[in-house]
Amino acid sequence: MTDKHKVLLTIPMYPDMELTAAKTGSVIAELMSFNEGQIEEIQLAIIETCINAFEHSQSRDNQIVIEFIMKDNELEFKITDQGVGFKSTSKHTAPKKNVYSDLRKRGWGLEIIKTLMDEVEIKTGTNGTTVSIVKRKTV
Amino acid sequence: MKKALNIQIREAEEHAVIEMEGYLNDSLGEELSEEAHTLIEKGYTKLVINLEKTSLINSIGISILIEIIESLDEHEGTLNFCGLTSTQERTFRMMALAKYAGIFPDEKAAIANL
Repeated sequence: MTDKHKVLLTIPMYPDMELTAAKTGSVIAELMSFNEGQIEEIQLAIIETCINAFEHSQSRDNQIVIEFIMKDNELEFKITDQGVGFKSTSKHTAPKKNVYSDLRKRGWGLEIIKTLMDEVEIKTGTNGTTVSIVKRKTV
Repeated sequence: MKKALNIQIREAEEHAVIEMEGYLNDSLGEELSEEAHTLIEKGYTKLVINLEKTSLINSIGISILIEIIESLDEHEGTLNFCGLTSTQERTFRMMALAKYAGIFPDEKAAIANL
């Protein structure tokens, strides 16, 4: 893979900046001929990953780096923050249950990402977190 | 009747429709919540939320929709959604919203099933 097939984006952790990343992902996915539904799924996965970093990373530099890697039949994106890390086996936030037993308000981000994407890998430590996500094209 | 920049409210005799435009995140969600609670206070317990012009919904936006479902439940009300994309519908079903609110393809069907 050459640098010609990569896009590198850095965004500050400001409100709604996740949309900048999602729009970039959308343009790349469209260029790669992903279908409309898949492009929306990619956007949502990017948004949820960015929001998780905004809310929980406590990043020192207050920014996120997103690397998009275009391959033949898949788009990989790696979203990195320089925060304090988290335990990937547990949810970022304690699920807040409502009066309905199966209807909780928060803590859905990672589950949404895993449902919509083909591969999700999280590398986390005290120097930061990288979430690597792969979405494959379907015919 | 235009209420807020990205939100339109259509009040009928027995129900009201809320239609939003743009990205349903925390800020648009707060506006939506305010409008929904105003309608509930006015006595509307049958609501439709039309998401046809809502391009993206994040999990915070969905959490606000859950709060509206809870508020309506306290008033023995009903909420139906319409105009969802397939991804939005899939997310709503995963988060169990579909168990407590109806999902319909268009506004007419959503109103008819209140």
